[in-house]
Amino acid sequence: MSTVATYPSFSGRLAWFSNPTLARFMRHKLAVLGVVMITLLVLACVFGPYLLHYTDLSIDIRNRFSPPLTGNHYLGTDALGRDTAARLLNAGRISLTVGFFAMLISTLIGTLIGVVAGYYRGWIGAALMRFVDAFLSFPSVFLVLVLAAFIKPSPTMITLIIAVTSWMEISRIVEAEIRSLRERDFTLAARMVGASHRWIMFRELVPNAIGPIIVAATLTIANAILLEAYISFLGYGIQPPLPSWGNMLNAAQQYLGNAPWLAIIPGLAITLAVTSFNFIGDGLRDALDGRSDLK
Amino acid sequence: MPQYILNRLGQSAVVLVLVSLIGFIVLNLAPGGPMSQFALNPGMSQAELDRIAEQMGLKRPLMVQYFEWFTRLFIGDWGHSFRDGRPVLSVIAGHLPATLLLMGTATVLSVIVGTWVGVLGAVRRYSVFDTLATVGAMVALSIPTFWFGLVAIFLFSLHLGWLPAGNMYTIGDRSLGDYATHLILPVAVLALVNVAIWSRYMRSATLDVIDQDFVRTARAKGLPYRRVLTHHVIRNALLPMITLAGLQIPTILGGALVTETVFTWPGMGRLFLDSLGYSDYPVIMGILMFSAILVLLGNLLADLLVGVADPRVRLG
Repeated sequence: MSTVATYPSFSGRLAWFSNPTLARFMRHKLAVLGVVMITLLVLACVFGPYLLHYTDLSIDIRNRFSPPLTGNHYLGTDALGRDTAARLLNAGRISLTVGFFAMLISTLIGTLIGVVAGYYRGWIGAALMRFVDAFLSFPSVFLVLVLAAFIKPSPTMITLIIAVTSWMEISRIVEAEIRSLRERDFTLAARMVGASHRWIMFRELVPNAIGPIIVAATLTIANAILLEAYISFLGYGIQPPLPSWGNMLNAAQQYLGNAPWLAIIPGLAITLAVTSFNFIGDGLRDALDGRSDLK
Repeated sequence: MPQYILNRLGQSAVVLVLVSLIGFIVLNLAPGGPMSQFALNPGMSQAELDRIAEQMGLKRPLMVQYFEWFTRLFIGDWGHSFRDGRPVLSVIAGHLPATLLLMGTATVLSVIVGTWVGVLGAVRRYSVFDTLATVGAMVALSIPTFWFGLVAIFLFSLHLGWLPAGNMYTIGDRSLGDYATHLILPVAVLALVNVAIWSRYMRSATLDVIDQDFVRTARAKGLPYRRVLTHHVIRNALLPMITLAGLQIPTILGGALVTETVFTWPGMGRLFLDSLGYSDYPVIMGILMFSAILVLLGNLLADLLVGVADPRVRLG
């Protein structure tokens, strides 16, 4: 073990194929599978709609409720005769985009609060962490639903609502990480050469905490996709005719008995996307944690 | 220890104040705020609306309103439902037993199954069972609960006709067996995620314990492996799980809400959604505050219990 570089490499000096972090990630078969699945899913959602015979809004009224694999409707049609495959892929664009941007925003908020709380400790840190605790005391589903019910839903608003209710985990993780990093010698060195607080926080500490942040961010996408699906399923999220995986399930609920594929297919898509992100997160955790080599 | 309890209580109090602040802001963020119950009434003139707002004290500064609302929470006056005028606390109390029944059953089930799966996975590390349990837990965590509920209803009620599709009892038949058959599907759906979480943590907690000296000593004394597991390993591995149980309360509560909506279970989750539909803000706020208090109390209790259960943990 001692011959292998012990630093989780953000030095960028190693060629990519000999990068130990990448090597550790590649060893994690499920994580690699996750990357492959997400890549395929994104490609399908981006280019798939152009390859189908129908758009997500075209109505084929004579073929309502056709089961999968009838004619050119590969995944069947819904109550209005709209093509499930076209809707699924267009819904994927929305759901994945909402998940991705919600992750981006909540990671920013979470990191910012975590860094400041961890760096300043004292009463600022304590106050910020109590604030985090307060947000964590509400089951996030409740908070998201209240906000979504009050605010006129649009994809942008839904993204923001999910983001402002899912940053707490990240700030907890970052706070703990920063608290230990700020005691290390390099922080002391930075302070000695006269670096400002802001420089130390964002140029010294955050880059060193990037591993856990990336892991948490990946898991946040998974959760954001689940949250979006749930509130859209209840009718408070993405509004039809704009399709999302969640609101496809809302419409499918009442036809569960005679057209079960309408409910099963979008659910499988959600499960696939969320599982993949969870696998990737798990693989990243092992890969970015240099100590995992010792096990 | 008393010092620690005081500290911890103080922290919880601060969090509670913040929780109430967030709640109050959210309530006032609502379109129309507390006046929205009259917004749809065409017989009301602006002058009347103003008068009511004056009477309800809504013309005073927000800070004053907040303090009054907050102090009223303590004397049990949580406002009245817009829908039927009943006090919020009694509305919540009416729906609480159903949720507690669902959550309680699911929690007990998932603790038992999760402990078993976690310990077995740790004992037979990297075996087929362990791998399956690990992958299974990951997938279980990724399945949307509400969708899993729909699939379960489709399979077991619509397709096979074995179990009822929703509700807590059949009208006219409220026997114990009837409750039980109605419980099976929602509990199974709610427990799935919690078994996954619990078994993952239990596995790593067991792995932390299983290589320690006192376990080796127990084995060396010649104790049967089974007894070492139950009396030495599991006992110690369960200690950190007390904290986890406290931290899991929001997840279980949120999961119960999701499950209740799919199975039309007449609990707090159902009440919450109905209140959202009616814009019944006092009840919505009440449920938000109530669940936050429940979570805070749970965390506090879990922290104190760890100290009682594990003499090595010196709180303070």
